Amino acid sequence: MINDYIFILKAVCHTLTQTSSHQVLICRNYKGDVDMSEIDHFFTLLMQQEEEGLLCPVMSHGNVHFLWIKHSNLYLVATTNKNSNASLVYSFLYKLVEVFTEYFKELEEESIQDNFVVVYELLDELMDFGFPQTTDSKILQEYITQQGNKLEVAKTKVPTTVTNAVSWRSEGIRYKKNEVFIDVIESINVLVNANGSVMSSDIVGSIKLKTMLSGMPELRLGLNDRMLFALTGDKGKTTVTMEDVKFHQCVRLSRFESDRTISFIPPDGESELMSYRINTHVKPLIWIESVIEKFSHSRVEIMVKAKGQFKKQSVANNVEIRVPVPSDADSPKFKTSTGHAKYVPEKNLVVWSIKSFPGGKELLMRAHFCLPSVENHETEGRPPITVKFEIPYFTVSGIQVRYMKIIEKSGYQALPWVRYITQSGDYQLRTNT
Amino acid sequence: MEWASQLCENRGLGSKMTDSKYFTTTKKGEIFELKAELNSDKKEKKKEAVKKVIASMTVGKDVSALFPDVVNCMQTDNLELKKLVYLYLMNYAKSQPDMAIMAVNTFVKDCEDLNPLIRALAVRTMGCIRVDKITEYLCEPLRKCLKDEDPYVRKTAAVCVAKLHDINAQLVEDQGFLDTLKDLISDSNPMVVANAVAALSEIAESHPNSNLLDLNPQTINKLLTALNECTEWGQIFILDCLASYLPRDDRESQSICERVTPRLSHANSAVVLSAVKVLMKFMEMLPKDLDYYGTLLKKLAPPLVTLLSAEPELQYVALRNINLIVQKRPEILKHEMKVFFVKYNDPIYVKLEKLDIMIRLASQANIAQVLAELKEYATEVDVDFVRKAVRAIGRCAIKVEQSAERCVSTLLDLIQTKVNYVVQEAIVVIKDIFRKYPNKYESVIATLCENLDSLDEPEARAAMIWIVGEYAERIDNADELLESFLEGFHDESTQVQLQLLTAIVKLFLKKPTETQELVQQVLSLATQDSDNPDLRDRGYIYWRLLSTDPVAAKEVVLAEKPLISEETDLIEPTLLEELICHIGTLASVYHKPPSAFVEGSRGVQHKRLPPRTGSGESTETPDVGQSGPSEAPPAVIPSQGDLLGDLLNLDLAPPTATVPSVQPSMQMGAMDLLGGGLDSLLGGDIGGSPSMGAGLGAAPAAMPASLGSAPAVGGGLGDLFDLGGGVGMPTGSYVAPKTVWLLAMKAKGLEISGTFARRGGIIQMDLSLTNKAMSVMTDFAIQFNRNSFGLAPAGPLQVLTPLSPNQTIDVSLPLSTSGPVMKMEPLNNLQVAVKNNIDVFYFSCQYPLSLLFVEDGKMDRQVFLATWKDIPNDNEAQFQIKDIHLNSDVASNKLQGSNIFTIAKRTVEGQDMLYQSVKLTNGIWVLAEMRIQTGNPNYTLSIKCRAPEVCPFVYQCYELVLKN
Repeated sequence: MINDYIFILKAVCHTLTQTSSHQVLICRNYKGDVDMSEIDHFFTLLMQQEEEGLLCPVMSHGNVHFLWIKHSNLYLVATTNKNSNASLVYSFLYKLVEVFTEYFKELEEESIQDNFVVVYELLDELMDFGFPQTTDSKILQEYITQQGNKLEVAKTKVPTTVTNAVSWRSEGIRYKKNEVFIDVIESINVLVNANGSVMSSDIVGSIKLKTMLSGMPELRLGLNDRMLFALTGDKGKTTVTMEDVKFHQCVRLSRFESDRTISFIPPDGESELMSYRINTHVKPLIWIESVIEKFSHSRVEIMVKAKGQFKKQSVANNVEIRVPVPSDADSPKFKTSTGHAKYVPEKNLVVWSIKSFPGGKELLMRAHFCLPSVENHETEGRPPITVKFEIPYFTVSGIQVRYMKIIEKSGYQALPWVRYITQSGDYQLRTNT
Repeated sequence: MEWASQLCENRGLGSKMTDSKYFTTTKKGEIFELKAELNSDKKEKKKEAVKKVIASMTVGKDVSALFPDVVNCMQTDNLELKKLVYLYLMNYAKSQPDMAIMAVNTFVKDCEDLNPLIRALAVRTMGCIRVDKITEYLCEPLRKCLKDEDPYVRKTAAVCVAKLHDINAQLVEDQGFLDTLKDLISDSNPMVVANAVAALSEIAESHPNSNLLDLNPQTINKLLTALNECTEWGQIFILDCLASYLPRDDRESQSICERVTPRLSHANSAVVLSAVKVLMKFMEMLPKDLDYYGTLLKKLAPPLVTLLSAEPELQYVALRNINLIVQKRPEILKHEMKVFFVKYNDPIYVKLEKLDIMIRLASQANIAQVLAELKEYATEVDVDFVRKAVRAIGRCAIKVEQSAERCVSTLLDLIQTKVNYVVQEAIVVIKDIFRKYPNKYESVIATLCENLDSLDEPEARAAMIWIVGEYAERIDNADELLESFLEGFHDESTQVQLQLLTAIVKLFLKKPTETQELVQQVLSLATQDSDNPDLRDRGYIYWRLLSTDPVAAKEVVLAEKPLISEETDLIEPTLLEELICHIGTLASVYHKPPSAFVEGSRGVQHKRLPPRTGSGESTETPDVGQSGPSEAPPAVIPSQGDLLGDLLNLDLAPPTATVPSVQPSMQMGAMDLLGGGLDSLLGGDIGGSPSMGAGLGAAPAAMPASLGSAPAVGGGLGDLFDLGGGVGMPTGSYVAPKTVWLLAMKAKGLEISGTFARRGGIIQMDLSLTNKAMSVMTDFAIQFNRNSFGLAPAGPLQVLTPLSPNQTIDVSLPLSTSGPVMKMEPLNNLQVAVKNNIDVFYFSCQYPLSLLFVEDGKMDRQVFLATWKDIPNDNEAQFQIKDIHLNSDVASNKLQGSNIFTIAKRTVEGQDMLYQSVKLTNGIWVLAEMRIQTGNPNYTLSIKCRAPEVCPFVYQCYELVLKN
């Protein structure tokens, strides 16, 4: 039903022969259906597709299908010969990366070889006969550890959490001081056309928790959600309409569906409680006007004007405006009104960094590059200007945490702390040249 | 990550070496050394040795020689060591089955260990050892583990049943494990339920007909409860299982939907897609006028949009599925165009999919924005993406008429860029635009001609040649242009050759005086110097046409072409339905049914959407798959159907003496070569007899050319047009036995019984008049009231002799359909008045609608496709014809006898689909699709008609004809 094999491969480049091949670092066969040597076809296909410039995350050879993702220089490949649930396979592969990363800090060739025994154990525990099982790394760490030899028979028990309805939190957690930190982070995605019209914009918000609470606390989060207010008949307050909401598995979805209450038993430590999307058209917080003039065979002149279109009291921090330049440009010269500009030739970019950018201000940067007199024959794409920034103490949507109720049977008092931040997401402005 | 940092410290201090050291030993005699270490007395040394063995195994070395030594290490209370030994066993047991038996005892013992982790580990590993001898010993431990007190062991045991089934299905059934597994669906632990569901679904897949899952409202309720509690993966298993359930009615369907919708808010994309699958499927059963139906539609859009912010591979799966959803239910995402705009850093596979969906969603409301985007994309650098963007502009022009002009000017701008592949793509799509909007944009031809030299791709060359031929009269130097192509005729691809042949023939017909030489040249190149049968056949047909009857040739070659349809690349409706049932799976990514890429799944039942309950609404989109205008080669012959259609309509009178132009010798050659071929090809069909299938079968050559490039439709179209000799001789229309219409007691002794018949195109009312009175009856006359189809007596009632007491006369009254019309209730009701010397009597009777099915009711394929699409969905009615034991050929033969014509038949995995047309005397066309599943006596009939009220009566006719 799901898949037969999970492979972790790496590409090996032979510098001498200018060819590349692959090496299986580790693999686990979950069923007997597919022959292991099938993986050889995967790499052949991959090379072929890369050459044609038509990569596809699903490939097939005969009746074997390869579903793969790439993590740094490793390929994680699942094979199947059935009509498997493809979205499940990809979700699982990404989960695999997550678990390995939490176990070994980095998922790379060395960490796999250094820990191959644990990797095998994990592969065994994460999936059985092609069915994903327990994939919560916090829980796994309770019974699959790297100090295997320390385990005494009497001590090793299956944590009840593994099969509990609350599979994400162990019992018996203790903190001296009970606190919850709530981060409300909103990312702005903007796509602006070369003529300055906003093609699409939306806000992707995320509420992250850092839970330091004892026992099995019941939490309830209150937001100024318009749907909730409509249900309860509250009026006259600023509310926010969330287009789509996604929750951590701890949140009782059916409860939310019926009365918009966000109630849950939180995982311990850091987690993303929920994410939401808001479709309202927002004014791009940092507006960019650019003039890029290219004089063939001689020079490129760039003028970028950035304007902070947010409240004067707010400040955007760590602003980075990345302006594309032709790959054959050289001898950069810059002039900026604030911040400093840097040429990053390996990315064909000018990066203009501004430590703090107050609202309402207008800043200017000029750049001058020389072009070689010989024409560059390769046609180049027209990458957009991208912008990075963060504005603390502020959310564009106006979403607010109204309360966080924490109830635990021992009756302790706990403090919620809330932080708001708005940052750039996928923030692109197309250019004319 | 506290412990991880500890680990690093450990590493730094060197107190614990990492596992990588095991990979480094590659000296000679390694196996021998390992053997010694494995048999060491020291526990630590043993473990180190096993690790080395596993490391060697990981890098692909054969360490199977160490089998007995490793198995000896199995008896340990060190869990880590045990796991390693088990891992080794799984790998090598198959190659050493006899020695694997040595491990059985330990397995059995471990299954009773106090530690549930070990019990689970043992049962999990045993299931993975695919050695028959071992599986026998597995049964008892497995039985215990399935009832274990620890849910961790039970959930592992549940999966083990599926493993065992994979090795030895019979054993699993004999041991009653399936029943135990079914019991686990009611387990108190959600993880156990989820794994039991997963295992059962997996087993059920190899037993398509067994009712293993036995889904009923009670079990469904259990599953829905477990859905709220189990892990994300468990939720997917349960949702996928739910999707295979068929709710009893719309109410149950709604209540399941209500409990599944919260899953749309899950953070895991796979959970969301599986929930979408359940909802898309069950929605089918909800009446469209239900408020809830609308609510559900609205709820589906946001989560689908959010999927586009997932990882690129998941985005890709989501986009492939959205492509299906948009075709099935365009209303869900019609306002979400913007989210499909392509980002600069999207991977190419995401870009191409987004582009496809943008075109599907393009409408008058958003076309300006879409065009601006497409123009932007067309100037990017990625060749494949740019090509697709240019094509997309053409598709927009064809789809949204209001935008056509803007699209054309955008395309012209793009041609000015002179970027080679952009120009070529633009020319290909402009050709389609010409066909869609004839006589509107021909002013751009001059610009196109400027780019003739830069065209090096066959498709673009063929398109350009088509344009030159089609508009030869407006292009002064058309002959020069075509002649320039002719020089390298043999080096061109078939597509270009065919096109060149047709274009020159067109040119000749338009400007015969200057181009005789050219046409002779191309005809001889095609017929004498080519070994391509398509080309030769087409050459000969033209040759013969030109030599026998240039007027006819003109009619054929310059015939008005049917307009091309606006929607392209649509997936054929039955396939679409099946794919909707497979949302999220590989099938939905490939847009192919599982049977096309999974071995051994042939004969497995195809998933269908549930039939809609309540109103007789349509269950499918109207769009029958078509080869897109952008894919079809730019032939004057739009499809095989039309070619033959055109040829058949010819007046095939024997060639007269007036044979102008072409040299006599050539003509002789053509005649000889063709012999009676063409005559027999065409002759059989003179007079529009409905057995067109025979003609089609004889000329398959033209087909690949016109149908070759429609990958999304797959073999669908080919099948659609493949009339495998299904149509034979008509068996004659069915005539119902006479029934009594007028009782003697009500008509002073006159009894009338009768029936209706259609014989050779003439409608007849067959009457039996019986005199049950004591006196002689004379002076008969008959009259009809106004009726729905204007039926009226075409002559007087011919009862010549007086009707004596107890005498019966049979008369046939010819009817015409030119009488006054009035809609009757029911539609086929006929009120009749009969007069005799005694009195006037009134009665009413109902005629079968097949009476009105005319002999020329066979619709052209293209027209059928277009009409089917054109008729709104709401006009479709679905019926079941029960208990018919005919195969599709016999059925279609029978129906043809009553002028229900099968236009096309396709077979998809044992299910025959007949596409049929019927024309009524008043010109109403009725289109039908009949699905026949082999072995299933119940046919499904979908009828579409612009006058939907006739549908039930057409259905009656089907039933009547098929059952008699």
